Amino acid sequence: MEYLPNILFAIILFLGIGFFARNINRLRRNIKLGRAAEVSDNKGQRWKNMARIALGQSKMVVRPIAGLMHIVVYLGFIIINIEVLEIIIDGLLGTHRIFAPLGIIYDVLIGAFEVLALLVIVAVVVFWLRRNVIRLQRFIKPEMAGWPKKDGNLILYIEVVLMLLFLTMNASDYQLQQLGAAHYTQAGFFPVSQFLLPLLEGLDSGALIMLERTAWWLHILGILMFLNYLYYSKHLHILLAFPNTYYGKLTPKGQFGNLESVTKEVKLMMDPSVDPFAAPAADAAVPDKFGASDVMDLKWTQLLNAYTCTECGRCTSECPANQTGKKLSPRKIMMDTRDRLEEVGKNLEKNKGTYVDDGKQLLDNYISREELWACTSCNACVEACPVSIDPLSIIMDMRQYLVMEQSAAPSELNNMMSNIENNGAPWPFNQMDRINWVDES
Amino acid sequence: MSELKVPTMAQLFAEGKQPEVLFWVGCAGSFDDRAKKITKAFVRILNKAEVSFAVLGTEESCSGDPAKRAGNEFLFQMQALTNIEVLNAYGVKKVVTACPHCFNTLKNEYPGLGGDYEVVHHTQFLKQLLDEKRMSLEGGQFKGKRITYHDPCYLGRANNIYEAPRELIRKLDAELVEMKNCRKKGLCCGAGGAQMFKEPEKGDKDVNIERTEQAMETQPDIIAAACPFCNTMMTDGVKNKEKETTVGVMDIAELIANAEDL
Repeated sequence: MEYLPNILFAIILFLGIGFFARNINRLRRNIKLGRAAEVSDNKGQRWKNMARIALGQSKMVVRPIAGLMHIVVYLGFIIINIEVLEIIIDGLLGTHRIFAPLGIIYDVLIGAFEVLALLVIVAVVVFWLRRNVIRLQRFIKPEMAGWPKKDGNLILYIEVVLMLLFLTMNASDYQLQQLGAAHYTQAGFFPVSQFLLPLLEGLDSGALIMLERTAWWLHILGILMFLNYLYYSKHLHILLAFPNTYYGKLTPKGQFGNLESVTKEVKLMMDPSVDPFAAPAADAAVPDKFGASDVMDLKWTQLLNAYTCTECGRCTSECPANQTGKKLSPRKIMMDTRDRLEEVGKNLEKNKGTYVDDGKQLLDNYISREELWACTSCNACVEACPVSIDPLSIIMDMRQYLVMEQSAAPSELNNMMSNIENNGAPWPFNQMDRINWVDES
Repeated sequence: MSELKVPTMAQLFAEGKQPEVLFWVGCAGSFDDRAKKITKAFVRILNKAEVSFAVLGTEESCSGDPAKRAGNEFLFQMQALTNIEVLNAYGVKKVVTACPHCFNTLKNEYPGLGGDYEVVHHTQFLKQLLDEKRMSLEGGQFKGKRITYHDPCYLGRANNIYEAPRELIRKLDAELVEMKNCRKKGLCCGAGGAQMFKEPEKGDKDVNIERTEQAMETQPDIIAAACPFCNTMMTDGVKNKEKETTVGVMDIAELIANAEDL
């Protein structure tokens, strides 16, 4: 019986991490549905980008208030995790505060955790106010209605509860230390939770131990549940921001990739020695679809983008089309891509790993043509994203599908393109008149 | 106004000469009445500084940018590969253009298709001429004028060129005033991504009006642009606000040419 808590803890830990591993596998499977991407180059620059943008939060502080608050929560998250390590060891071995022999270092660590916990609570309250009371524009756009809004608030609630549990655990522990309870050795420095002690006055050590244990268990259970909540939430960015910034675009923002399959076709067309009546070989592969109409047509890096998006809406608030009341919202492009990818993933699970056509696709069922054609390709969304997501690339790939597979461009654009084809300019002017400006007064 | 000296690559080639730089005029610069003035202003500066340059003339064709941004990769690559054949045949090494869209496409998207050139935007080229003391610049008529600069997306965010145009404005002894959205956060004029050639989608407002309002907040005498499409959009915006008699929209090349009475 003595080892019951340890065994229980080990089982819960195993389950928590097991479920998390299963979710990560799903994530990998879904992301790998995308097309290949060339991202093996420039490793040095990629590591630097990850260090600067994800680890260093360099783009968060472009908006100073949200940026600073975010850094507090981010530091809290990372540093307080040292405490989680201790909790796990204690839980498995049945020890109590196993790092306590570190002495002064331990005191400083616990003190720092407490201060951070308090700061996290403050930041989270501010975040909640921004979403629910101040109602900042970017948090109340149409795509945020329903689950995305709940998801955002739920994360804030979980974070506050976790921090309060942590402080309660420390406060009761501290009180027990002062009462000289067995097992509760003098350790740690409690700059925040000491102020909770008056609330605990009058409790005997039995009740205090009960409180301390309850807070301890709920805290670690909460963390394991939160870990497993990530996959179902926008909050995956705490993990995926790192790979996403690593695989982010390195070329100038204005450079859009050239489709190799098209280059081959065009070169054949321009080559006078090619047999004009040649038919493709009987065993020739069916050529790839031009552009993207569904998530499988996107590159895997674009799918990683979709899972990384935490729906902060900085992209949408910088988008000129969105600012002027058009339907396009770059954030919605990312959310739609993820939602559709999840749907395809579930389809795979239901059908033993093969995708069965469900009559739906990313285009039209999720992203409308009106949204796609409203984009000015200005790169404001790409610049605004704090974790190197590129919504523009998805818009452009989907336009390629519309134009090259469906010939479904708006008619004015078809006019523009036939002008280019016929006379080498987007307007109906003769190429032979191209230099007339020299002699015009 | 002295006559423009605009040799073509074909003429120079026949004489066995190679210019220092090819001036890629672009479709707007060749055909659009407003943009042609920018083209001429730039040529007058080139002539004054005695830069050895040439244009392709009737051998130039659309860079393919609007086709690519509209999603027509096929048409883009047809244009690109044809242009590259012409440029490579003339052994072109350096290209200057007054259009950020041509600039971006030639600089970033042509190399992968076999067209490797040193491509500069005309604001970079002009700044270089000043730095190398091949031309001089005094404020003249723009001294003390309030000038706000609109960052073209394909020059700014797309290629990180923010300072060359601004330094040129400062050289005019003008007061450079920034809009609330500038540099990396510059707001699009609404023409990019092939929007120039279509009606905007339904919304509350046109993008160029929004941007013009931002420009007007700075109480400018002149809105400076560095892109023929931005120029059109901002000019339309100013007209919409009925301010065309008090606020001018001018390209950086025009500012310099006018300052020098060219």
